[in-house]
Amino acid sequence: MDKSSRQSTTELAELSELDKQLINLLQRGLPVAERPFLAIAEQLNSSEDEVLERLNHLMTSRVLTRFGPMFDAVCLGGAFTLAALAVPENRFEEVAAQVNSFDEVAHNYRRTHDFNMWFVVGAESEAEVNQVISSIEKTTALPVLNTPKLEEFYVQLYLPA
Amino acid sequence: MSQLSSAQHLHQLEQERSVTENDSTGIFSTAKSNIAVNREKDALSLSQQQELRAILEKGLPHAAQPYLLIAQALNTTEAQVLAQIQLWQEDSLIKRFGLVVKHRKLGFKANAMVVWNIADEQVDDVAAQLSSCSEVSLCYRRPRRLPDWPYNLFCMIHGTDREIVTAQIDAMVKKFSLSYVEKDILFSFKAYKQQGARYTKQGI
Repeated sequence: MDKSSRQSTTELAELSELDKQLINLLQRGLPVAERPFLAIAEQLNSSEDEVLERLNHLMTSRVLTRFGPMFDAVCLGGAFTLAALAVPENRFEEVAAQVNSFDEVAHNYRRTHDFNMWFVVGAESEAEVNQVISSIEKTTALPVLNTPKLEEFYVQLYLPA
Repeated sequence: MSQLSSAQHLHQLEQERSVTENDSTGIFSTAKSNIAVNREKDALSLSQQQELRAILEKGLPHAAQPYLLIAQALNTTEAQVLAQIQLWQEDSLIKRFGLVVKHRKLGFKANAMVVWNIADEQVDDVAAQLSSCSEVSLCYRRPRRLPDWPYNLFCMIHGTDREIVTAQIDAMVKKFSLSYVEKDILFSFKAYKQQGARYTKQGI
């Protein structure tokens, strides 16, 4: 990759060939077995120690932040929605602070659209989610576009390193 | 070899944890194991289950036998930890093995949400087509909110820059003959908040 052409505050990670193979392979899964990293090492023609050493390194350099089985939030009884606001430009920072002040708002992105603020609300029940949405409408005096997930299509995410 | 101890590792994860939907780059099928599980005999106690869940949510220890370390913390056996995870997989409580990659550090700097207005009877087919594209990371059906929001299918795409992502979307439109479909592309350019959701506060 041509790094000189990039202008960004985010530093691009320096990855060895093994790092790349490791990231690519781990995105496909990890065996639930007594020696999972040994199984990975065998596939990569590496050693268990080396795989663990590289994983620690990727963690320390913050290329990876978490690794392991992920629970299905809905199965655990949680409720989520993706919601948006069309915020007047001169109120953007103010409204961002208002929305972010809710603990139930998990994250909030500015996007290129009239609906320029997109955030996820997560709570323990659908009723609680709807309550938060109403409170956000009251606090910001803006109508919330509420788009809860109706169906999730299976996607195998794979970001080749 | 510099291997973090389990405790250090968990502490580090605690510090660094930031899992978000847009950011949840670790989505793939869970690797199935061949452990034979006896539902009555192998399930851990309820408090052990809660503790195991809390540990797994922070991430696996990077040790040769990560499940053994977890078992020691729970005062149980490695076999029982593996069996419990197997049970959760069977119950779809765990359906993905996660790897949270900082996609910006891998050069994936453009994050697009592509929204489509697809005829209801075609949503499943089009969603299947779009989901088959390696650059699509999430694909959800969501309700239209007329008159302001006619879109009912949402895809997330992570790409190396906006031009490339736009070209990828153009290629999808062409490949699946979607040029007649109303759509919009929303690029994100600033995250104002990123934190894990609160749904696990109960019971841990």
